[in-house]
Amino acid sequence: MKKELGITILLVVLCVIVAVLNPRFLGASNVTNMARLIGMYGIFSIGMGLVIITSGIDLSVGSVFALQGVILAIMLREWNLPWPMAVLAVIIGVILLGILHGWFIAYIRMQPFIVTLCGLLFYRGLARFVANDETKGFGSSGFELLRHLATGSIGPVPMPFVLLIIVGIVSYVVLHRSVFGRYLYAVGRNEDAARYSGINSRMIILSTYAVEMLLVAIAGILIAFYTNSISPANHGQSYELYAIAAAVLGGCSLRGGEGSIIGIIIGTALLQVLQNLVNLLGIPSSLNFAVMGAVIFLGVLVDQLSGQRKKKQQVLARAPAPTTPTPAAPTQAAR
Amino acid sequence: MAVPVDTTPLLELKGITKRFPGVLALSNVSFSVGRAEVVALIGENGAGKSTLMKTLGGVHQPDEGEIFFDGKKVTISKVADAIALGIGFVHQELNVLDNLDVAANVFMGREPLVGGPLRLVNQRRMWTESETYLKRLGLAISPTKLLNELSIAQQQMVEIAKALSQNARVIIMDEPTSSLTLSETDRLLATIKDLRASGVSVIYISHRLGEIEQIADRAVALRDGRNAGELARGQIKHENMVALMVGRKLEDLFVKGKGPQERGYFQVEGLRTAYRPHHRIGFDVAKGEILGFAGLVGAGRSEMAQAIFGVEPPLEGTVRLGGQELKIRNSREAIDAGIYLVPEDRRHTGLITSMTIRENITMPGLKRYSPGMLISRAREEEVSKREVAALRVKTPSIETRAMNLSGGNQQKVVLGKWLSLEPKLIIFDEPTRGIDVGAKAEIYRLMRELADRGVAIIMVSSDMEEVLGVSDRIAVMHEGDITGILPRDQFSEKAIMSLATGRKAP
Repeated sequence: MKKELGITILLVVLCVIVAVLNPRFLGASNVTNMARLIGMYGIFSIGMGLVIITSGIDLSVGSVFALQGVILAIMLREWNLPWPMAVLAVIIGVILLGILHGWFIAYIRMQPFIVTLCGLLFYRGLARFVANDETKGFGSSGFELLRHLATGSIGPVPMPFVLLIIVGIVSYVVLHRSVFGRYLYAVGRNEDAARYSGINSRMIILSTYAVEMLLVAIAGILIAFYTNSISPANHGQSYELYAIAAAVLGGCSLRGGEGSIIGIIIGTALLQVLQNLVNLLGIPSSLNFAVMGAVIFLGVLVDQLSGQRKKKQQVLARAPAPTTPTPAAPTQAAR
Repeated sequence: MAVPVDTTPLLELKGITKRFPGVLALSNVSFSVGRAEVVALIGENGAGKSTLMKTLGGVHQPDEGEIFFDGKKVTISKVADAIALGIGFVHQELNVLDNLDVAANVFMGREPLVGGPLRLVNQRRMWTESETYLKRLGLAISPTKLLNELSIAQQQMVEIAKALSQNARVIIMDEPTSSLTLSETDRLLATIKDLRASGVSVIYISHRLGEIEQIADRAVALRDGRNAGELARGQIKHENMVALMVGRKLEDLFVKGKGPQERGYFQVEGLRTAYRPHHRIGFDVAKGEILGFAGLVGAGRSEMAQAIFGVEPPLEGTVRLGGQELKIRNSREAIDAGIYLVPEDRRHTGLITSMTIRENITMPGLKRYSPGMLISRAREEEVSKREVAALRVKTPSIETRAMNLSGGNQQKVVLGKWLSLEPKLIIFDEPTRGIDVGAKAEIYRLMRELADRGVAIIMVSSDMEEVLGVSDRIAVMHEGDITGILPRDQFSEKAIMSLATGRKAP
């Protein structure tokens, strides 16, 4: 909760600063556009957050976007498949990739970084090969429902943002209220102890990668229709890094066992505000990444420093209590 | 025995007081160590032993009081000061770098250099010098061996070698035997005697009073951060030490129960583990019985426990509970059958220490408290409050994180995980390791109560006193085999030792 509070304050402060410096920040079209991007990025960042809570990581997300994008475009425009079939095929295919990643990580015990780094390279290459290195697209008409999901709105609220709210609520319940969620934290923090409590830790890890890829598939379809053209060489490039940054800013620890849905969503929002800030404040767009890197760094640094101070206070508070029978004396803690 | 030549103590702490915000950790504590003397520092957890030793090690600075070393007043404000004075530390949780070799560990931070601007390490000198220290400790291992290829006991010897290489004149050993086997313990005690003979003093902190009887020249007791008395060589007896530590006579540590109720309730036949695939073990436990498992570390007792509990499923073997054959392939299946394990390493495998008491207690039975797979917080609280009360866990609330509890209370929380379900067989692996005397008595009482309620209990323990005091029968293992099962009337330390070292039962 503390962590979410800190980043929320940071978000609000940034918004106020940008709004004061450039009132266009609060203009309807700017807000809508930002909400749309937050929606799309938020959905896959939640997936990344879940994976990070298992103490894993997924570097392959951006390449998966490219691969699923070109395949979806080919299925719809070149093979003329009915769209529900194509969409279902893409979602199932991407979930299978997640199961595959999860299996290598949980059962073969390969490191998540390596497995998904190879995925990053492999899927990107495959996407370019499948598309013959040509840009694929969905044309200017047809597939209205899918287009609507990516570019439409309900009243003033863009559809992707609506979807993010739905995905957010469902994953909040799963992560914070369900048995699966509790097990996820347990496995991420201490897999051995989880196993000794009868938790099938491998299945939990595998399922998490599958769920993550479901969210990636959904976000990927939105992104494909949002851009409407998919150039296989750079579509979705480095999106996994945005997701990791959002999750970490939102309180997920790469050591696992920590993080929350609300934090991840706020983290995503913060990243989008930063992007927007660069545009609106007339900062040279070449500095885009530098600004983002610096703010993320500062956010995590402040969090780390306040965490250390809190820890120190805890240790002091746990100091030996010879006069009271509190169980937590430091000599024991030190043992 | 030690004959102090110089009568001024080597090390003297006078009137040490240490306050932490809100609490008085040490109050006017005095403590001294003579030349070539082995002083035992005893006291329950939280008595202030570690805090006192940390003032010596430069980790804490006392608020009041003086420290004299070799008759001179000294200030130890950082770890390097302690090392420079000749105070060495061998920690309970070893501070070794197990990815490096012996020589690198011995000389860590003080590597001899070849010279020149590149600061190249003089590898040869490190090898030869560490070899001399290893020889002095009677340790026949190569200085190029990686630490992770050594046993815990050998790693500890490397730490002692490191202290010697720093010209330590007094070595503080904090619970050095807590993960050693009996024979390794004997070797360590012999090493301590050699150290004393060569003029090095030792401060020995241990809950194992038997070792202190064997080794200490003097025992100093702390209680609630104050001096609680001192015993000279001749007075160092188990009862005297316990009386000083707890400030009262401890009622009989071990409780007698109703005894076995239904023979052959739990049966194991031809069990082969991946750890020792060429050995088969078989035994049975009655309802209401505590079957002790004695043996040296590495005899395969923990591996047997892990196989029965399914975390390392057995290769082969039949397990029956209440006449029914069980096929256990993972811990979930064991738990569903009512077979539970209280593991040896409660911080790493028993608990998720960053989680709360509530979350830990409800972990194995979470699905029961979760209608529709959504956790019912109310039922969780009800169950964990009930267990915390029944087990008398000392904690401000069920929302306290397990890492903030003492060892004894942590162990009770591990037990609470299982008691909230329906235990039929509970395996305790080293149930009281690192737990103070008072909490030990409570754990024993709980085990006996469970047995009297009809639970079958297996207790793996390397603590001789505990095995003899708690068990109804004792199975002794040696290198993967059960070499004998002793009934109560044949209990003796000698009988166990001879079986543990491989002599078959007569």
